[in-house]
Amino acid sequence: MSDATGPIVTADGVPLKRKLAQAMFRSRARAFGLALPLLAFIIVAFIIPIVTLLYRGVHDPRFAEIMPRTTAVMQNWEPTSPVTEEMAAALVADMVVARKNRTIGQVATRVNRELPGTRSLFTSTARKAKKMKPPYLEALIKKDRKWGDNATWQAIKITAKTYTPAYLLQAVDLKYNADGSITRQPERFRIYMKLLVRTMRISLIVTLATLVLGYPVAYLLSTLPVRSSNMLLILVLLPFWTSLLVRTTSWIAILQSEGVLNNLFVLFGITTDQQRFSMIYNETGVLIAMTHILLPFMILPLYSVMKTIPPSYVRAAKSMGARPATAFWRVYFPQSVPGIGAGALLVFILAIGYYITPALVGGEDGQMISNMIDFHMRKSLNWNLAAALGAVLLVVVLFFFWLYDRLVGIDNMKLG
Amino acid sequence: MMIKKLIAGVAVSALLAGAATAGTITVVSWGGAYTKSQVEAYHKPWMAKTGNKIISEDYNGGLSEVKSQVEAGNVTWDLVDVEMSDAVRGCDEGLLEPIDPAILPPAPDGTPATEDFIPGAITDCGVANIVWSTIYAYDTTKFKGDNAPRTIADFFDIKKFPGKRGMRKTPKANLEMALAADGVPSDQIYKVLGTPEGVDRAFAKLDQIKNDVVWWEAGAQPPQLLADGEVAMTTAYNGRIFNAVAAEKKPFKIIWDAQIFDFDVWVIPKGAPHKDLAMDFLAFSTATQQLANQASWISYGPARKSANKLIGTYHSDPSIDMKAQMPTAPDNFKTAIQNDFEFWADHQDELNDRFNAWLAK
Repeated sequence: MSDATGPIVTADGVPLKRKLAQAMFRSRARAFGLALPLLAFIIVAFIIPIVTLLYRGVHDPRFAEIMPRTTAVMQNWEPTSPVTEEMAAALVADMVVARKNRTIGQVATRVNRELPGTRSLFTSTARKAKKMKPPYLEALIKKDRKWGDNATWQAIKITAKTYTPAYLLQAVDLKYNADGSITRQPERFRIYMKLLVRTMRISLIVTLATLVLGYPVAYLLSTLPVRSSNMLLILVLLPFWTSLLVRTTSWIAILQSEGVLNNLFVLFGITTDQQRFSMIYNETGVLIAMTHILLPFMILPLYSVMKTIPPSYVRAAKSMGARPATAFWRVYFPQSVPGIGAGALLVFILAIGYYITPALVGGEDGQMISNMIDFHMRKSLNWNLAAALGAVLLVVVLFFFWLYDRLVGIDNMKLG
Repeated sequence: MMIKKLIAGVAVSALLAGAATAGTITVVSWGGAYTKSQVEAYHKPWMAKTGNKIISEDYNGGLSEVKSQVEAGNVTWDLVDVEMSDAVRGCDEGLLEPIDPAILPPAPDGTPATEDFIPGAITDCGVANIVWSTIYAYDTTKFKGDNAPRTIADFFDIKKFPGKRGMRKTPKANLEMALAADGVPSDQIYKVLGTPEGVDRAFAKLDQIKNDVVWWEAGAQPPQLLADGEVAMTTAYNGRIFNAVAAEKKPFKIIWDAQIFDFDVWVIPKGAPHKDLAMDFLAFSTATQQLANQASWISYGPARKSANKLIGTYHSDPSIDMKAQMPTAPDNFKTAIQNDFEFWADHQDELNDRFNAWLAK
């Protein structure tokens, strides 16, 4: 304290400012250290798998790795020009190696996706490749006429790209051609855009339905005395603690054509035994089951926001002459909007990726885009396309997130 | 008390460790009556003979689990029962271990295995154990006497034979049956299906019944659908319907017209944890006597000629002659179509895509 103009120092002579910064840093580092396990977990178990999987949507090195010579030669080939001897020689040389390494099947499967029928062309030609002599093009064509066909080589040119837009384009019903042009898929193969639109429609309807059903419940919960509201809250949470599969299958028991509801309808003469309503294994079933399953995700954020709205505001509005409807609409409702935003976003994003419920009760017209991702992961083994579809879905979700931020503002969201 | 528990615990873990050294393999198959026939005819005798253990798991076919296990480098399955087209495709893609046919025992009369097996039953990575068939069956209480379906065309005739139809949710077998119902002879099916017009024709035929179809995925579903009255007729694997009739006395009847038969094949995923034991079990289970024994449990034909001669009667009912129940029995075989695995390996991506788009329409 000898020099009043100098910086304030601590007992050991270090400026207080620096000392404070050090202390703050240490406490922050400690806090960060505590969060580190979670961060590491998220990176390892969530971010890395997602990024690697999405990467597959544009990255497919199989052909280029297994058939390096062909890949190199094909780069300079125009899809409309005639097939050259150089290309044929490179192909035969690659095939001999691939056959020996037992990797020819991977190449064949990949090219077959572009041009059906080429799988057996590749495997059967590879079997003979070792014995082929120049001129190779003639030898290939002698083995199978398809080798003289430009379409075969165009398919090879497409698959020889390590980074390819083909899967992403296919995920939106477009086709990537050998000359780099993009066309629509033939009508009989178009499916993904249709499913994407359906997925969004189902998600929007479910969000609206949960809002309409959940808002009064949340209001009731927030205005009742604590004891009875806790009872009600348990009723809301009870489905949360029940397995998703159990809840979905109980809807099957209720809604199926020989189910509880249809039996009651027949009993009361609403319909006849022959004309039972089909309420399950279609879109209706998906809407009903998903609305029920996602309802708590709407009620809980609404409830937590409504709980904080002081009842005195509405009373004040009424005392100043507002009708109950006006008081609700102009005073209460605007304060509950953050809860609506949070609940709607939560339900919508959960709904858009829903998969088990549509798989179980969706029948044919209730399938969503996630069911196609499942199909390509588990059945067709086209993981690249599954990844591309996942990427498209992610973009859609992010778009809605952005839209929500523009319209409502993300800071207005309250989850509790 | 505490000590007792501790001792018991140690004893149990010692037992478990003992079992592990004896060897435990995981064998995966299609579940239900089919897996039961394999357990009775293959698993139990092998376990008794070698002292090893088998964990039996069920799945719904396809290569997805094998692919994910191999790609992740964490293979837990030792032996899988797959369809022929998957065996060929999995081998092509390097997902399966090659199998040396020399490990297969010869027939009792000394014929080498390569000659004893039905042609096409042994491939690079797979050994067939049975011949099975996709047929259609109906509920005999719903259609009687002259009014009963007889041909494949009847399955697609909703007017004459009203009621829902069950079909497997895949283009495989359905497209073949549709063409057969549309009048294509059995030996021309794949030739027609190889052309774009042929595929259009098959889908047009399926269009006629699309609104009345209940789609199934697991082999155990179709007998259940029939029993519940959810469908009046359904395509199914012939052994499942046989089992429902023989073991559960259900009033079902199989129509063999345009049956589509195929091999079921043992394969070993690449990097299987107990490859040698799996090979040993594979050789044991495809021996003549084991294959013949299996045929007394379910109506799938053995893949060995020598085993076909030994087929006897149903295990719990000697009045049922199993030979007559086989897909290969002469009476059943007249219009049979052999599943063309080469065709499906080439075209399944395209036809799956088209089938999915067709379903979603």
